[in-house]
Amino acid sequence: MALSELDSGQRAIDGRPVSTPSGLLTRLWNDRWIYLFLLPTVILYSMYALWPIGVSWWYSLLDWNGFGRSGTYNGLDNYREVFRDGFFWRAVGRTFLFAVITVPIRLIASLIVAIMLNNPRLPFAKFFRTALFLPVVTTTAIIGIVMQFVFDPAGGPINIMLLKTGIVDRPMNFLGDSSSALYTVMGVHIWKWFGVTMIYWLAALQTINQDLYEAAKVDGANARDVFWHITLPLLKPFALIIGILTFIDTMEVFDLVLTMTGGGPFFSTEVIDVFIYRQAFAATIPRLGYASAAAVAFGLLTIVLAIIQVLALRNARSARRAA
Amino acid sequence: MSQQVQHRRQLIRGSMGMWLQVLGLTILSLFWIYPFLWLASASLKDSLEIFTSGLNLVPQEWRWENYVRAWNDAGFSRYMLNSILITVGSVLLVLFRCSLTGYVLARYNFIGKKFVVGIFLVTIFVPAGYTIIAVMELSQSLGLLNTHLGIILALSGGGHVAAILLYAGYFSRIPRELEEAAVLDGASFFQIFRSIMLPLAGPVTATVSVLTFLGTWNSFFVPLVFTFSRPDLRTLAVGMLAFRGEHSTDWSGLAAAATLSLIPVVILFFFLQRYFLEGIAGAVKS
Repeated sequence: MALSELDSGQRAIDGRPVSTPSGLLTRLWNDRWIYLFLLPTVILYSMYALWPIGVSWWYSLLDWNGFGRSGTYNGLDNYREVFRDGFFWRAVGRTFLFAVITVPIRLIASLIVAIMLNNPRLPFAKFFRTALFLPVVTTTAIIGIVMQFVFDPAGGPINIMLLKTGIVDRPMNFLGDSSSALYTVMGVHIWKWFGVTMIYWLAALQTINQDLYEAAKVDGANARDVFWHITLPLLKPFALIIGILTFIDTMEVFDLVLTMTGGGPFFSTEVIDVFIYRQAFAATIPRLGYASAAAVAFGLLTIVLAIIQVLALRNARSARRAA
Repeated sequence: MSQQVQHRRQLIRGSMGMWLQVLGLTILSLFWIYPFLWLASASLKDSLEIFTSGLNLVPQEWRWENYVRAWNDAGFSRYMLNSILITVGSVLLVLFRCSLTGYVLARYNFIGKKFVVGIFLVTIFVPAGYTIIAVMELSQSLGLLNTHLGIILALSGGGHVAAILLYAGYFSRIPRELEEAAVLDGASFFQIFRSIMLPLAGPVTATVSVLTFLGTWNSFFVPLVFTFSRPDLRTLAVGMLAFRGEHSTDWSGLAAAATLSLIPVVILFFFLQRYFLEGIAGAVKS
């Protein structure tokens, strides 16, 4: 159910007309149970979602180390510094690189697997589904720590396997080398969340009637025809939401990065939320105002990019319609 | 005759393709399961053996004392209790507030409804990490920073719009006749919700419980920053990070602690697999 549909909800059933002449107060009083039901969410959501979003803007204007009860106002200085900070821009770049690389891989690879698993005649389908979904339920922070050992150059199973099969002749220092660390984290991220995208696709595939496949087969269509002319067009409406849900995962890779590499070596895996964490909590002198400014700036950047994307999509669509 | 041969050939080719797929998926699944097997095996080995025994998964000697060390000395019994308390508290709070909100949003019109829905719409995608400083400040001024309750509220107070939507979607499909009969019998607003509507929404309650459980049990950022000055409040995930910092050479103890931390959620997943998968799939269908 989409949020917009909520407006079509109906009136209370006690037969009371919607606009009583006695006015607004009566109506509010009559609906008191409704407001009482809303109260817990309204209070908690205001405290823990709305207030923090709003007050972050104020914090971002402060020079504030967290020790004093409050910081001193210094206008837009934090923003000026953020926009000149190479660490900030490199962290932003890595965050988007993370998304640009992992999202397409997850979307395409998990779609292929989901199509295989969706075949009712495939043996062991349930086992495969369970196995590929298993990492999803596990704690990311713990997986991050375990993966440090798995990728260890001196005896971790990955290196042993690579050495034994002769793919490499010297152990690879996956996480200790600043040229490979980020890609290793991406690999683990794909491994960890592959199952989620796969289940999204399976849910979408299950909306397609199996009879359609049977009919296509009777008509002599091969697997490729079926994919391009039946499966893909019918999956299209789901693709956007699955893409968005998969993309959102990549904006929250803090747990994995902090536990696998801590942002290192030489900041080579420092994505934006690790950058914010470092400024606010891990530095010798915490800079809460500066960290807030970085968070707000990144939020704005994401919104701008999203708007550009929507506009580009709309342009492309109208261009296609005109053609 | 020739048609029969062609048909048979097609069948053979079809099943060949099928078995190739099975082979591919088996190899893929091995890569997905192997780290867990490796972890379980490392948790029973000697610290030295982990790195010298190569790919051999069976320990030379089963060292259960690794678990004793993790559970008692490293404090994982405490961390487990904290994780359970925080998770149970968060699940209950999310169920409570989201079922109430979803119910009135789905079945009633009232002044301010558009505003409430609009707020959810605008804030649905704000990641928790970007507001953590403000949440900490708020908790500190309320005296909640170093408490279980503070962590529970921070984890379940904001967000969870998806849970509200799941409830709203379900409640909006319940026929009104059920309610009308109850009103005639003199049931109050709250009674209708409590004894008719909520029991009917059992499947949604199951899905929301599972999803909230998963999110809270695996959460890391909030418990991490809330327990900086109170190690005794650490959850399993935060405890793991601390363990690595404090006993960086105790590989087998670390593996045992990790196994202990992962076991509850994995067991729960195997028993409630249907709800896990339906809960995840529900995000796409709704």
